[in-house]
Amino acid sequence: MSGPSSGCGFLMSVVVHGDLALNEQEKDLNQRLRRLYPAVNEEETPLPRSWSPKDKFSYIGLSQNNLRVHYKGHGKTPKDAASVRATHPIPAACGVYYFEVKIISKGRDGYVKYMGIGLSAQGVNMNRLPGWDKHSYGYHGDDGHSFCSSGTGQPYGPTFTTGDVIGCCVNLINNTCFYTKNGHSLGIAFTDLPPNLYPTVGLQTPGEVVDANFGQHPFVFDIEDYMREWRTKIQAQIDRFPIGEREGEWQAMIQKMVASYLVHHSYCATAEVFAKSTDQAVHEELASIKNRQKIQKLVLSGRMGEAIETTQQLYPSLLELNPDLLFMLKVRQFIEMVNGTDSEVRCLGGRSPKSQDSYPGSPRLFNSPVHKANVITDHLHFLLSPGFDSNYCNGVSSSKGHTLAHSHKSCPRTMPSPELGVLNGSRGQQTNVGAEVEMEVDHFSNGVFLCSKRQLCGGSQAAIERMIQFGRELQSMSEHLRRERGKNSANKKMLKDAFSLLAYSDPWISPVGYQLDSIRREPVCSTLNSAILETHNLPKQPPLALAVGQAAQCLSLMARTGSGSCAFASVDDYLH
Amino acid sequence: MKNAVIGNNKQKANLIVLGAVPRLLYLLQQSSSSLELRTECAVVLGSLAMGTENNIKSLVDCHIIPALLQGLLCSDLIFIEACLRCLRTVFISPVTPVQLLYTDPTVIPHLMSLLSRSRHTKEYITQIFAHCCKTPEHQTVLFNHSAIQNIAPLLISPSDKVRMQALKCFSVLAYENTQVSMTLVNVLVDGEQLSQVFVRMMQRDKPIEMQLTAAKCLTYMCRAGAIRTDDNCIILKTLPCLVRMCSKERLLEERVEGAETLAYLMEPDVELQRIASFTDHLVSMLADYFKYPSSVSAITDIKRLDHDLKHAHELRQAAFKLYASLGSNDEDIRKKITETENMMDRIVSGLSESSIKVRLAAVRCLHSLSRSVQQLRTSFHDHAVWKPLMKLLQNAPDEVLVMASSTLCNLLLEFSPSKEPILDSGVIELLCSLTQSDSPALRVNGIWALMNMAFQADQKVKVEIVRALGTEQLFRLLSDPDTNVLMKTLGLLRNLLSTRPHIDQIMSSHGKQIMQAVTLILEGEHSIEVKEQTLCILANIADGNTAKELIMTNDDMLQKIKYYMGHSNVKLQLAATFCISNLIWNEEDGSQERQDKLKDMGFVDILHKLTQASDPNLCDRAKTAMQQYLA
Repeated sequence: MSGPSSGCGFLMSVVVHGDLALNEQEKDLNQRLRRLYPAVNEEETPLPRSWSPKDKFSYIGLSQNNLRVHYKGHGKTPKDAASVRATHPIPAACGVYYFEVKIISKGRDGYVKYMGIGLSAQGVNMNRLPGWDKHSYGYHGDDGHSFCSSGTGQPYGPTFTTGDVIGCCVNLINNTCFYTKNGHSLGIAFTDLPPNLYPTVGLQTPGEVVDANFGQHPFVFDIEDYMREWRTKIQAQIDRFPIGEREGEWQAMIQKMVASYLVHHSYCATAEVFAKSTDQAVHEELASIKNRQKIQKLVLSGRMGEAIETTQQLYPSLLELNPDLLFMLKVRQFIEMVNGTDSEVRCLGGRSPKSQDSYPGSPRLFNSPVHKANVITDHLHFLLSPGFDSNYCNGVSSSKGHTLAHSHKSCPRTMPSPELGVLNGSRGQQTNVGAEVEMEVDHFSNGVFLCSKRQLCGGSQAAIERMIQFGRELQSMSEHLRRERGKNSANKKMLKDAFSLLAYSDPWISPVGYQLDSIRREPVCSTLNSAILETHNLPKQPPLALAVGQAAQCLSLMARTGSGSCAFASVDDYLH
Repeated sequence: MKNAVIGNNKQKANLIVLGAVPRLLYLLQQSSSSLELRTECAVVLGSLAMGTENNIKSLVDCHIIPALLQGLLCSDLIFIEACLRCLRTVFISPVTPVQLLYTDPTVIPHLMSLLSRSRHTKEYITQIFAHCCKTPEHQTVLFNHSAIQNIAPLLISPSDKVRMQALKCFSVLAYENTQVSMTLVNVLVDGEQLSQVFVRMMQRDKPIEMQLTAAKCLTYMCRAGAIRTDDNCIILKTLPCLVRMCSKERLLEERVEGAETLAYLMEPDVELQRIASFTDHLVSMLADYFKYPSSVSAITDIKRLDHDLKHAHELRQAAFKLYASLGSNDEDIRKKITETENMMDRIVSGLSESSIKVRLAAVRCLHSLSRSVQQLRTSFHDHAVWKPLMKLLQNAPDEVLVMASSTLCNLLLEFSPSKEPILDSGVIELLCSLTQSDSPALRVNGIWALMNMAFQADQKVKVEIVRALGTEQLFRLLSDPDTNVLMKTLGLLRNLLSTRPHIDQIMSSHGKQIMQAVTLILEGEHSIEVKEQTLCILANIADGNTAKELIMTNDDMLQKIKYYMGHSNVKLQLAATFCISNLIWNEEDGSQERQDKLKDMGFVDILHKLTQASDPNLCDRAKTAMQQYLA
């Protein structure tokens, strides 16, 4: 954290010091978990972060944020054994999962130090040590034996006692488990493990205390090195996957995919050359491709008015038949007006179009449709479009001390505090993206294109008036649409968000400022392009994007069905 | 020619037979030839070298090496690279004498200067170094020509091949070389310590060869004392990496190298042995090394059977070596090893394998396990390991004999149940012959085994030992230049001269020679330990009934005892006092005369003085002796 800086003191004052340290630890934990298990979708399958106060036997006491476990029973017979499970089962998408337990105290003298570390399925009796029952697995400290769903153990590893750190690693690719002692791997303990096991620890001796590390601290064992090995294995498996029996078939298919992709996105010249050199036919006339290219260029440079006009000229019935599409284009036009980029306001305003006109980076143009394939998760999208997120960050995170400091740095304007209050108030509606905020801080500087002289509609009064007028037209078009075609919540939200821009003195750094980012032109462009193609009976998505989308979908399906190898096969790795 | 020979060994051989090599070399050396021609010549020669070992021999016989080395003096990089490529191919062949790289002292510095010229010069030159550094002398030559400083930056080269060859260079340079190892720890590559660079090369996503070679480098640095054994890069990185190399997933060659390197790494350190013993089931993982060729491989395909057969010996000896290293200190680990499936049977059959390497490793393993009292009493006896061990001792090269006889020493310990059957097998003659060996280690082991054998033995055995060894040999051993031999010989004498009847019996037949030998040692320049042992022998003699007269009638000897009672070393005083105490012991015949004689010689005064000694043992001993006079 960058600490309290002037201007956000009132925000920090409510945070007591202990919580601050706790937040630090939580931040560490989140960062570590994300680095270790990037393929896990925590909205679907949350990772274990502590022991569960609900899923334990009564002889177990929890403390220190439910990470410390102590025994409070009699500990006289095996009937006094007690276990606790973690809050969540281990998600398969981890690929390789690992946690450590440190023995703080081996318990009172005069007792045999029964203590078990392991895994168990939901519902397994907690009045037992891990390993004794079906779907329960444990490594016991008193004799070093492993217990695989059985009351009798097998010789496995060394014994363990106070001061030792015992790790448990579940390999969800081959469904095995091994333990570590003080950073040394002890070798496979269990095979053929069932899915959805919970980290579990069991005690049976008064005075026994153990601490868990689910990622709160660096691990003693180098688990990342083990993961590297499996990532390499999986990737080698993918690389060596046997393809098509007939020679050239594979190559021809790839060429076809590339060609159709180029055509879809109207890279005329490239498509032409590629088709020629690979001896393929193009299924669309060159003139048609060029038309689409022209329209796309206009949309992507923010000249929406011209884009709409051109579309109407070239494809007369398209927008008439698609009033929702037209509405979307118009809303975008309104946004571009606020931005000062739309042709209608540009000719009025005194603003140089230079900085607005140039669409940032053509590579994104190439990539963008891939990212927009509707099956790709938002998460992926966020990662790939830092420009978008940076604005977002500025907008929503000002209530958090640390990101505020960033925004001060990058934006030379000093922010008057009343405005902050407004931002705070508006934060509530943005909570759905809150999780992404912290992660994106690092990307922050990449995408910033804030400039100090940015003004509404390029700063021209006439342009502002035109914009207001256009807004009214849009409002009536919306009402008209509703009367004609019934309620449409998407349209309603779209319009509301666009109009919200006017509520801020500086829309660019407002919570809704993301709309102004040029990257937001991409979905509009892609939707329009698809609509045009559909009228020509061409696929609205290129096969390449479909394939990528299918692969991503396949991976999330693997995660759901318990195939751990999905952890090390990110589609992203193959796109770069 | 170039196109004709590529990939065709027959054509290569044909060209060589037709005398192409001298002609090519002639053209290559002609400075009047165009550079293109000379380069093509080097390329063709390089291609010929890629063929069979016979090809290489022919090329070397035609003095290709000096010609190519001469070519390196040219300024043209393309030509230099062609020469280096060919040199590399020639030098990495096992039939090429590596010494040829060192005959001209200007070659190494010149290669060092060429090193950084291009990616290819880096790769070829480091590969040549890695293959031609076989002796400490080679290491020194390369070291003195700044090999470390020149090669270290190549460890972060963008080329995989260059990195790999540079790494190999360091492993051969550091092997058993303290100077190199000590220098290596202080080398920085791009601001990073070399050991950390090696650690990164051991990451699990790196090629196996790289992981293994990096682990070797760190192992050698550790064994040379440049890195502590408790350093994290050894305990948490190198050791687990080497254990991984022993796993079933690795190639047979890698498993052999991994096991051998690991054995070497932890040999002197019990903590590393303990950690390795519980890492990844190493002990049972090694049992798999004995399953080649497997029954499956014989059925499925001939090629694999051939491959397995070729590596079977290597695998077995590597496993034995690693077991030996694992079990060399810790009793629990030894127990774990002996409890591994069929372990003792495997050792027993290993002892009589045809491969010398396997026999040696098996006996090393047995030796390591024989340090356990419990194993000697149980598994060693159950499996009658003494039988193949005895057989091995009949006819084996010295290095095997040293290990085998050392193991035998342990098997002959008094509590070992194998002692009896070994005695019955005529071991005494064998051990006596070992004492005549030129190797000090064998002489020590031979006499040591005899010493153990004589401990609390029957008179029959003792007589047999004395007879078989012969007094002449016994006295020769007493003047052995090796102190260990001398000490164990004295130990043998002391064990022979225990219990009264034995003392008298032996002294009656060999008394004169023994007394002579004792005199000689007490008069000679020897360590305190040797003299103490000798005085103890004298004390044993003094305990005999008739034997003590040999001392009583020898005034010179009595003077010597007197001298040692007043020696500055307490141990010697104690032994000498013990001797006198035996001489004046009351309950025996003629004790009065002996007491009188010794009193006259002034021993009582000395004893009296010793009762005031600061050492409590000596004080007690003197008091006990004085009591004999009072009674």
